[in-house]
Amino acid sequence: MLKYTMKRLVLMIPVLLGVSFVVFLLMYISPGDPAKMILGEMAEAKEVEALRESLGLNAGFWERYLNYMKDIVLYGDLGISYATREPVLTEVMERFPITLRLASSGVLVSLCIGVPCGIIAATRQYSIFDHVATVLSLLGNSMPAFWMGILLILVFSVQLGWLPSSGYSSFSYMILPALTLGTSSAAVIMRMTRSSMLEVIRQDYIRTARSKGQKESVVIYFHALKNALIPVITAVGLQFGMLLGGSILTETIFSVPGIGKLMVDSIKNRNYPIVQGGVLILAVIFSFVNLAVDLLYAYVDPRIKSQYRGAKGTLKREKNEEEEEVQGCRKRRS
Amino acid sequence: MPEKKVVKGAGAPKSQAVSDAAGRTGHGAMNRAAGRSESNAANGTAGMAEPDDISMYKKQSQLVQAWGRLRKNRVAIAGMVILLVLMFCAVFAEQLAPYGYDDQDVMRRFTFPCREFPFGTDNLGRCIYSRILYGSRISLLIGFVATGMGAAAGTVLGAVAGYYGKGTDNMIMRFCDILQAIPSLLLAIAIAAALGSGLFNMMLAISIGAIPRYARTVRASILTVKEQEFIEAAHAIGAGDIRIIMKHIFPNCLAPIIVQVTLGVAGSIINAASLSFIGLGVQAPAAEWGSMLSAGRQYVRDYWFVVMFPGLAIMTTILSLNLFGDGLRDALDPKLK
Repeated sequence: MLKYTMKRLVLMIPVLLGVSFVVFLLMYISPGDPAKMILGEMAEAKEVEALRESLGLNAGFWERYLNYMKDIVLYGDLGISYATREPVLTEVMERFPITLRLASSGVLVSLCIGVPCGIIAATRQYSIFDHVATVLSLLGNSMPAFWMGILLILVFSVQLGWLPSSGYSSFSYMILPALTLGTSSAAVIMRMTRSSMLEVIRQDYIRTARSKGQKESVVIYFHALKNALIPVITAVGLQFGMLLGGSILTETIFSVPGIGKLMVDSIKNRNYPIVQGGVLILAVIFSFVNLAVDLLYAYVDPRIKSQYRGAKGTLKREKNEEEEEVQGCRKRRS
Repeated sequence: MPEKKVVKGAGAPKSQAVSDAAGRTGHGAMNRAAGRSESNAANGTAGMAEPDDISMYKKQSQLVQAWGRLRKNRVAIAGMVILLVLMFCAVFAEQLAPYGYDDQDVMRRFTFPCREFPFGTDNLGRCIYSRILYGSRISLLIGFVATGMGAAAGTVLGAVAGYYGKGTDNMIMRFCDILQAIPSLLLAIAIAAALGSGLFNMMLAISIGAIPRYARTVRASILTVKEQEFIEAAHAIGAGDIRIIMKHIFPNCLAPIIVQVTLGVAGSIINAASLSFIGLGVQAPAAEWGSMLSAGRQYVRDYWFVVMFPGLAIMTTILSLNLFGDGLRDALDPKLK
């Protein structure tokens, strides 16, 4: 397992290098002269030129990229914000805990809604609850997050006056953003739980458990759920990435001062280093979350763990995914 | 859930599915793709035993069979009808809309929905109903064009990766890994921020994020088709790579691509609305649903209709695309869940 983890970490390096290149390229092509942006439009040409030189902006593309990478790797330096002249990393990391908390509460909401609804929908297939849950999940899936947020504000803060509509200071401020973030992934997780549960409860060992006289609730929650939740874990991991992206919108709607709000404000002020730094950091986090999910996946499902210890000892999970796609196609055809 | 409906509502598809699947792997592709003479040879077993089967098969192409299955799925048809209505609105927006999308009447700002303004007016006194009709043009255009560009690029990359394999495959798939390491909305935001706002830049930003999905789908289905005998046969008679990919392999990979595209359009429209919402999309005064929401957001305390109807428009579009896409997936690929 340790070997596998190491392997995965090593495999992540080229991907992250690629991501950094993409981010750098986007920064490179973005319009405007950084030196002018920092000094303001009124700055003298001499000053601008001096700053350009000191920022290394006069170098060629590859040299600049290498410098950019050197700064990141050696000093953790992502450039400086045009607006505040603070290092990008400091600014982004200040906001990071807020975004993380928001995304995690979004995941929590989606799990709290999605998993129980999925289980009930599966155990009472074709019941009224199943149909209602299915329709709601379709609606939830089709609802853009920002509209959902506005509707929640309309109902809970404007009409009912229960919850604050914007800002960030106490627990009650997190409820609406978390709900906004959580509902669309709750829909996905519910569908996932339902279908995987339906698959599991048709298996033999469930029939065995039932026929030996086990209580139905024990069968569902102890025997079936354990296996049914395995694919759900992957879905949650993927959703977490969606939530990191979605938090940009949610933070904008509710004025939560997270990375997303920072990035949107920076877009408006054409403060590109913050935007690119934010993208880079969120992409790194996303990659680590995916790795964590894969490891967790192996942890909860011993069958997968043994796969890693298999003959070759080091099966690449990423390769596996591609293989699985091919296998799936093959199965469908045969 | 639609997939259940298909299985429940139509007992027939199962048997159809089998014949369809059999047709697809072997002579299905042959009939359409390869020359007649080869197809006769390869049809051998299935063809000679039941001569009627061939004529039946010829009459009922895969698409016809899929349509038969789709037709029985009422939910999917409902989605399709809504989608067609939306397209109709988009095409005939000028005729249907009572006002232009930028006809301002400041004296009548924030009129509540009434006979004259079915969805009310916004902060500049523009008819929201007309703006939504015009907005459907932009949304559908972005949805289809951005998805089309992404799907085209992804299909080519996936086809090259799957067909040539080895180093090429590795390189392209690692490229996809990199794009997939950035959440799609985030990538679109980064690209749109770098390129600047505007319709085409927005479509480009959205389509790039969509590439890996198509590339992986196409690569996977090409890998399964590639090893089959009819490809070997095509090689043997001296067909070139391009011809084999375009005429023999591609038609066999069409079903998963079509499904992905339908569901992808929904994602593109949501992403486009999101970009507009944070101010990176289409610029004012053009009517775009996302920017209408974004502009109306500050007035929501007093005038609910300013955000209600654009949001409903987005949701209806996405819902119809999802329903239709799910149905299409079940119809084209009955074994896929």
